Amino acid sequence: MRNPLSEIITGIQPSGIRKFFDIVNDMKDAISLGVGEPDFDTPWHIREEGIYSLEKGRTFYTSNSGLKELKIEICRYLHRRFGLSYDYEHETIVTIGGSEAIDIALRAMLDPGDEVLIPQPCYVSYHPCAILAGGVPVVIELKGENEFKLTRQQLLDAITDKTKVLVLAYPNNPTGAVMNYEDLKNIVDIIIEKDLFVISDEIYSELTYGDSHVSIASFPGMKERTIVINGFSKSYAMTGWRLGYATGPANIIEQMIKIHQFAIMCSPTTSQYAGVEALRNGDPDVEMMRDAYDKRRRYLVHAIRSIGLECFEPFGAFYVFPSIKSLGMTSDEFATKLLKEEKVAVVPGTAFGACGEGYIRVSYAYSIDNLKLALERIERFVTRHKLNI
Amino acid sequence: MKEKILKAIDKNSKISAADLAIMLGTTEEEIVRTIKEMEDETVICGYPTLINWDKVNCERVTALIEVKVTPQRGLGFDKIAERIYQFDEVQSVYLMSGGFDLTVIIEGSTMREVAKFVSEKLAPMEAILSTATHFVLKKYKEHGLPLVQTRHEERMLITP
Repeated sequence: MRNPLSEIITGIQPSGIRKFFDIVNDMKDAISLGVGEPDFDTPWHIREEGIYSLEKGRTFYTSNSGLKELKIEICRYLHRRFGLSYDYEHETIVTIGGSEAIDIALRAMLDPGDEVLIPQPCYVSYHPCAILAGGVPVVIELKGENEFKLTRQQLLDAITDKTKVLVLAYPNNPTGAVMNYEDLKNIVDIIIEKDLFVISDEIYSELTYGDSHVSIASFPGMKERTIVINGFSKSYAMTGWRLGYATGPANIIEQMIKIHQFAIMCSPTTSQYAGVEALRNGDPDVEMMRDAYDKRRRYLVHAIRSIGLECFEPFGAFYVFPSIKSLGMTSDEFATKLLKEEKVAVVPGTAFGACGEGYIRVSYAYSIDNLKLALERIERFVTRHKLNI
Repeated sequence: MKEKILKAIDKNSKISAADLAIMLGTTEEEIVRTIKEMEDETVICGYPTLINWDKVNCERVTALIEVKVTPQRGLGFDKIAERIYQFDEVQSVYLMSGGFDLTVIIEGSTMREVAKFVSEKLAPMEAILSTATHFVLKKYKEHGLPLVQTRHEERMLITP
């Protein structure tokens, strides 16, 4: 029999997080700080709208690019929150979470050999999706001393004449880093001069704790070369609804709709109706959750620093990314030992790229009580292993 | 700062001042001082505990009573409300808009005790025109917190 498998697929490494997931899952009584999704339930008025749409029998396909009402609300929202103006008819597509948008944006833009710049540590899907799209992922290793922002020099160094797309994911998972107006301004002129396109994954845009989020698409000359990806998972605690969207230049969106049309048909109708309610009446919920995350963030950063681990202050998402280099262990060793000895799960930084070595991702999508309990155990662990040095 | 503190302790008065200071990005002294200030101004009036008495082997009856009264000249409803809320049995008193004037919430150990209070203490008051007593059968949520909490973590332990 011939090998049934594609070489391209088998050549892609499975997500590093997967391996760790299997170890953790065998430990039923572990406390986890390893989750990448909100601990809040979807606000009731949003769930209720989903239920209502089911009761009304709204169980059919919507148009491929998404429900018209939802696309209109998405465009209103992007304008209201980030000053972005998009046409709901030609520049907007509703997707199965932000992750589908990442996939189809890359597929719509890449030809074999095109290079995609991927600043790491980052979410796990950009790299494999670039390969699946026939592109060549080029990793930019972000540095702790720059608080994991992409610098002008790093960008310049990575660009070749094959570079076509830059993936930007701020606020960032796993580092919690943000790139503010000034940081983005530093790289915008290079992007334009080198004629690059940007896929800006802004799924955590509502979760910033200093200045409000700035979208790179809001800079002059950037809207025509940027696909903005966002969604409902993080801002409205709607991960399981699988609802996201992308906006950008009509010619790119049109091709993304084509892929989406053949592979997906449309996003779940129930979720889309719930999404309309979220955008219309969900602002207070977002504020409430942001407020709660902010308190936990302050608490966690303080606690981690008082344990003696180095940790820059993250201003976005719901992660802190402390350095564990002082313990003389690799991220993997740290995470595995911590799990075995103290039954606390965190994710090794290397799950998000090789340059995450020396760091761990700690999520604060947990109640303060939970964080407290876990931090007591981490403190015990760190104290014990420091003495051994 | 006052509002921030109040929002933070509204659902959990047990957070320590030290933790509050970290979470709100200020000093412990500032928190202690501000809370003291708000206690003095009776912005903060107490720190009760939310108890689900149904789970304790302890008989408790709650009743909500709609009360119609004749307001008194110059004193409005305040005087009569005060006469009512002084009773230990009375948990809450609200002045209402609409079909009746006061909502009085009473707690007693038996239905008979509550009935006795209404018929002997409340109804005979001079200014009171009528009462309608409704007994509470089950409490689902109080002070914004569900009393029947059986939720457990359903998220996967590790996700990207």
